[in-house]
Amino acid sequence: MTEHSPEFKHHVGHHFTDAEQEFNANKFGFWLFLATEVLMFGGLFVAYAVFSNLYPEMWAAASGHLDRIMGGSNTVVLIVSSLTMALAVRASQTDNRKATIVFLVCTLALAATFMVIKYFEYSAKFEHGLLPGQWYTPHGPDTPAQGNLFFGLYFMTTGLHGIHVLAGMVAISWLLRKAVKGQFSSRWYTPVEIVGLYWHLVDLVWIYLFPLYYLV
Amino acid sequence: MSSEHAHAAGGEHKPHVLPLRIYLAVAAGLLSLTWLTVWVSYFDIGAFNVVVAMAVATIKASLVTLFFMHLKYDERFNALVFVSAFAFLSLFFVFTLADTARRGEVDPVERGIIQVVPESSIPHDAAGADSGHGSGDGH
Repeated sequence: MTEHSPEFKHHVGHHFTDAEQEFNANKFGFWLFLATEVLMFGGLFVAYAVFSNLYPEMWAAASGHLDRIMGGSNTVVLIVSSLTMALAVRASQTDNRKATIVFLVCTLALAATFMVIKYFEYSAKFEHGLLPGQWYTPHGPDTPAQGNLFFGLYFMTTGLHGIHVLAGMVAISWLLRKAVKGQFSSRWYTPVEIVGLYWHLVDLVWIYLFPLYYLV
Repeated sequence: MSSEHAHAAGGEHKPHVLPLRIYLAVAAGLLSLTWLTVWVSYFDIGAFNVVVAMAVATIKASLVTLFFMHLKYDERFNALVFVSAFAFLSLFFVFTLADTARRGEVDPVERGIIQVVPESSIPHDAAGADSGHGSGDGH
């Protein structure tokens, strides 16, 4: 009971021996990209280690202003979205077009939920002047006088992560369009697999980002 | 591992489908570990807070890469590529912190280390005196 559209057939690129080799080459290329992503976010985590080590008191005072309930909720949202993304990949592997579409829609909705929670978090920080660098004008209960370095890194790291979430939403919408057209099948679902890997990396970054900024 | 199903008849790609319960078990594990790490954060155990948080995060990250990203069942070379990124990242951490975390232990630090206060909020003469953002000059 293949549900994919009969008129769509993916053609293996002429520079590949067969579909299996093409799939593995595509996936290998994407793992290389993910390695560069780890290094890019890694720089921000190194900065975190350097400055939290130099200014432990300021760091503790500033990070106390992050809302761990909101951060924790976003962690749950991202984990569940990773699950739905993994299930979308599985559905495409088993020729289940309807389930692929349903799980992609769930993932997209969860990504949007993440961004909405992020919007409320950012608004609260803006309101109290908890902004990076020279724009740091704290006003509110117990706001640290010198938290600009902390909030600079906070906005850089969560901002870069948020851009990745938005890019992921664009990629998932693209998948959704292809899935609705019935282009994926157990023989060719490479885009779902690749976007899935990307989405799990976004989750992976947050898994480290959340405890470091909100909990420690 | 993957070679046993890698080359199906005619070079067609045959997906390696994991049972549903693996995905559900991993998600349940990730959610429980999230709860654990938040719960632990309410206790002040000093430096161990970071250690526990990072240990739990690493277990979670391993679950995501091994099962959601199928790295456990993937070509070994992909795992090598991904893990090597973390190996190089750890070099970045070690060499940077070996400097910044140990400043003043050999030679005394003579001036402020790195500017934290915004330039605008420092009195004019003080701001002028400390513009060497870790430039390492020996005044």
